[in-house]
Amino acid sequence: MSAITRPATIVMPAARRSLSWIVTDALTITWRNLLQVVRNPQLAVIDTITPIMFVLLFAFVFGGAIRVPGGDYISYLMPGIFVQTVVFGATGTAIGLAEDLQKGVVDRFRSLPMAFSAVLVGRTFSDALRNLYTVIVMTVVGYLIGFRFHGSLFDTALALALVVGFGYAISWLSANIGLLAKSAQAAQGAIFIPVFPLTFASSAFVPVQTMPSWLRPIAEANPVTVVVNAARGLVAGTPDTATVLGAVAWIVGITLVFAPIAMLVYRRRG
Amino acid sequence: MSEPAILVEGLRKSYGSVQALRGIDLAVPGGTILGLLGPNGAGKTTAVRILATLLNPDGGQASVAGHDLVREADEVRAIIGLTGQYAAVDENLTGRENLELVGRLLHVGRMTARVRADELLEEFDLSDAARRPVRTYSGGMRRRLDLAASLVGHPAVLYLDEPTTGLDPRSRVTLWEIIARLVAAGTTILLTTQYLEEADRLADRIAVIDEGRVIAAGTSSELKDRLGEDVVELRVGDRSRVPEIMDLLRPLAAAEPRLDRETALMTIPVQHAAGMLAEFVRRIDATGVEVSELSLHRPSLDDVFLALTGRRTAPEASSADEPGVVRRKGGSSDRRQAA
Repeated sequence: MSAITRPATIVMPAARRSLSWIVTDALTITWRNLLQVVRNPQLAVIDTITPIMFVLLFAFVFGGAIRVPGGDYISYLMPGIFVQTVVFGATGTAIGLAEDLQKGVVDRFRSLPMAFSAVLVGRTFSDALRNLYTVIVMTVVGYLIGFRFHGSLFDTALALALVVGFGYAISWLSANIGLLAKSAQAAQGAIFIPVFPLTFASSAFVPVQTMPSWLRPIAEANPVTVVVNAARGLVAGTPDTATVLGAVAWIVGITLVFAPIAMLVYRRRG
Repeated sequence: MSEPAILVEGLRKSYGSVQALRGIDLAVPGGTILGLLGPNGAGKTTAVRILATLLNPDGGQASVAGHDLVREADEVRAIIGLTGQYAAVDENLTGRENLELVGRLLHVGRMTARVRADELLEEFDLSDAARRPVRTYSGGMRRRLDLAASLVGHPAVLYLDEPTTGLDPRSRVTLWEIIARLVAAGTTILLTTQYLEEADRLADRIAVIDEGRVIAAGTSSELKDRLGEDVVELRVGDRSRVPEIMDLLRPLAAAEPRLDRETALMTIPVQHAAGMLAEFVRRIDATGVEVSELSLHRPSLDDVFLALTGRRTAPEASSADEPGVVRRKGGSSDRRQAA
């Protein structure tokens, strides 16, 4: 305890901002966020159990009740569960950010000479990696109950990329809610207001044709429907280029709108 | 000889219609501690947030080691450390990982960050807990880790925003010792506190802040000359004889005695309480008036405020740390019976 007067390791914080910090700081924050998940047994278990539960519940509860084109509900279902799960996963961005703000961790980050974008980029990136993990878990569980990718390796990779990419885009929407919320609980409540209609008024679990006529156009325009349909085509080995491009457009569009807004809100907040 | 490490001139900040800072001036010479003393809502935290570049001021100027806070924010961030009111450490990370994280964000390199983390853990008596998640730490350990995290980059200037609020007395003393050593090693510190005792013990100079303004500044002994060393609180059975008693005791007081008209509580600042108390009792005894309450205590923030502004702070100000306390106006108070 008496060592402060002893010569200590000289640490010289770099005073000049460097462009490379944008990447290294974001990766440092990503490392920190993932470490939090790994170190928190509850979170780690939730991240693993939730996707397994979704796959099994939807497959066996709805599986017998819902008729789908072709009759193979599990193959129809899996892309829907993928997208629903990553969108739910993206709510973690709002909750995590609100928590860091509430605890004063963000204050510490902001008082350091780091890239100001890193807190948000690191948060959304680590949440995308968490989503990638849940998608892999779901794929494994799906394979055990008869799900198969019927497309090429490229189709399969593209399907997974669209799913995780869409979760990433929604993370930026989620980030805005996390930055504006007064607490983690408030963020959790608020983020589900857009997320529930987004996931369920879509083709994720039932064909849009089964919906009332007033809801059908809304569900068809819903980005979740577009991404789910694109993934379905890729999973079935019958990709539809226009739908895939539509999904990419939604992913890029949502990110380009909400990422800059989140950066602005983060910068202004004090 | 050189310019102050922290220089603040006419700093102003409003939140909507609420004026948090109404133009404050501060100058902290290098290697000294300035204690910013005030009740909740006085503007202490706002001042610290501006000085830590978390918040831009609406008006006025401030610089740290000659760097303008707004225009050279990154230069400022490289030389400051911040420990806020709540320990800003990650519950699920180990103590070591928390410190490494800060080192990496200071861009010192991964190896250096690790070495520096171990060094600080040893300094702060946390080596044994280094590999344990912070959620297993006690409150005092968390605050020490939080303070260590703000020291990773050897900051020349350190802000401590109510560093001991909510801590048990032993942890408080430990933290005080650490702070004293930091200053001895040349660090400049701005410390906010609600505890007069803390400012008194640590600070070279004290600025008393209220409603966004500095209402008094000076060394601890300068302030005490205005306030007295100790405070005697006295209440007598027969209210009608209070003025008489006040006149009787005035010659013994270090500063003008005060009377709370509602509760008839007399507050008398005195310089050397030990010998004085007997004299108090003797004089009152001679009048035949019955004493219903007599107590002696060190002046609290409350007494400072009473002396400087003629009103008390919020009842919680001397003990609790809840934000958003509404301050009662006027001298009336149904506060504590004895300190």
